[in-house]
Amino acid sequence: MSIQTALELVLAAVVLGLAAWAVAARETSAAVVGFIAYGLLIALVWVALGAVDVALAEAAIGGGLGGVLLLSAGARLRENEKRAAAERPGAGARLAAAALSAMVAAGLAVAVLRLPTPAPTLAPQAAANAAATGMGNPITNVLMAFRAMDTLLEKFVLLLGLVGVWSLAADRLWGGNPGPRHQADPLGLLAFLARLLAPIGVVVGIYMVWTGADHPGGAFQGGTVLAAMWLLTMMAGLTDTPPVSSLRLRLVLVAGPGVFLVVGLAGLLFGAAFLSYPAAYAKPLIVAIEVAMTLTVAATLTLLSAGAPEQRLER
Amino acid sequence: MRLALDVLTIVAVSGGAFFFLAGTVGMLRFPDTLTRLHALTKADNLGVGLVVVGLLPQAAGPREAAELLGTWLLVLLSGSVVSQLVARTVFATDRLGDALARGPGPPR
Repeated sequence: MSIQTALELVLAAVVLGLAAWAVAARETSAAVVGFIAYGLLIALVWVALGAVDVALAEAAIGGGLGGVLLLSAGARLRENEKRAAAERPGAGARLAAAALSAMVAAGLAVAVLRLPTPAPTLAPQAAANAAATGMGNPITNVLMAFRAMDTLLEKFVLLLGLVGVWSLAADRLWGGNPGPRHQADPLGLLAFLARLLAPIGVVVGIYMVWTGADHPGGAFQGGTVLAAMWLLTMMAGLTDTPPVSSLRLRLVLVAGPGVFLVVGLAGLLFGAAFLSYPAAYAKPLIVAIEVAMTLTVAATLTLLSAGAPEQRLER
Repeated sequence: MRLALDVLTIVAVSGGAFFFLAGTVGMLRFPDTLTRLHALTKADNLGVGLVVVGLLPQAAGPREAAELLGTWLLVLLSGSVVSQLVARTVFATDRLGDALARGPGPPR
């Protein structure tokens, strides 16, 4: 057994242990911390599998923003935690839940084990047609050109998620700023970190988008880093969320899917099909979509973490 | 020369691994939040620092070396700020007083 195999086995064991911990932990905060560590280790698993793009996305979402989302959800639920823990579902319900979970796990296991060896793959076709877009990163090619439809729909799902969160707002608060206004010492530690780290993080985020054309990275990963920096400045009390009635904010939120849709429809009118790019302009068009999508992803993820409008709109 | 650099890498990375191990043991075994924090920051600062020092001779060029050093600086920054924030929260919620009153015991 080589050292690499041994390391991968240890990694797999720790991931399984953390997953069990996140499910079994009694306290919400302990479960969330276990889940964040699980997300970071899953990113390492993707690196071990050679999927650096997926690893970046998993680290940013599973370890980063997903963690923030779950932590703030846990903080909101803290008051009810004792009562919720006291409520114990009946033996029948627990048995049914266990049986259903086991069936899902078994179904997934069967599906994975029944895959032919080697597994069916479109990777050779994707690699053979890489020159069509002028991009060096095959992942970006698949996401933005070969399977652009999936990426477009994914952005609509994100937007729908945000609409769902916003719809939880009380009527009298509608139009106001999402989330609580964070109060922090303007000369304090968090403000210091926000002032020092945010400029670095913004540069890193933009770099990740730009380098995504030829290397691991892309709009989603870069947008997530930008969202994290925005959240940091908000938690440090240096900025506040924009009111949800702001037209500028809404334009940013629809910019990504909007530009994507316009380019796609232009392909239908002037080109071969919906979302077909003219070969000469493929790269500039894709970069334009990615820039718009980065803004949308950053704003959507930030506001998803901030929550429903909680502050009255000041007129 | 190459051999000396390789030896430096092995020694420094092993030292970093030792601090990670010691920090982890400390975090699991120490009685209260502040002492656990103390153990954790050793792993963050010295552990990552030694691993970076050990990897520097293996870097492909000045750019990669700068990336390594930048990573270390960012870990230092976030580690020190987060440990300060955690420690202040401990004082603010007065858990320290409770922990001291109860005396050494198994971690909560």
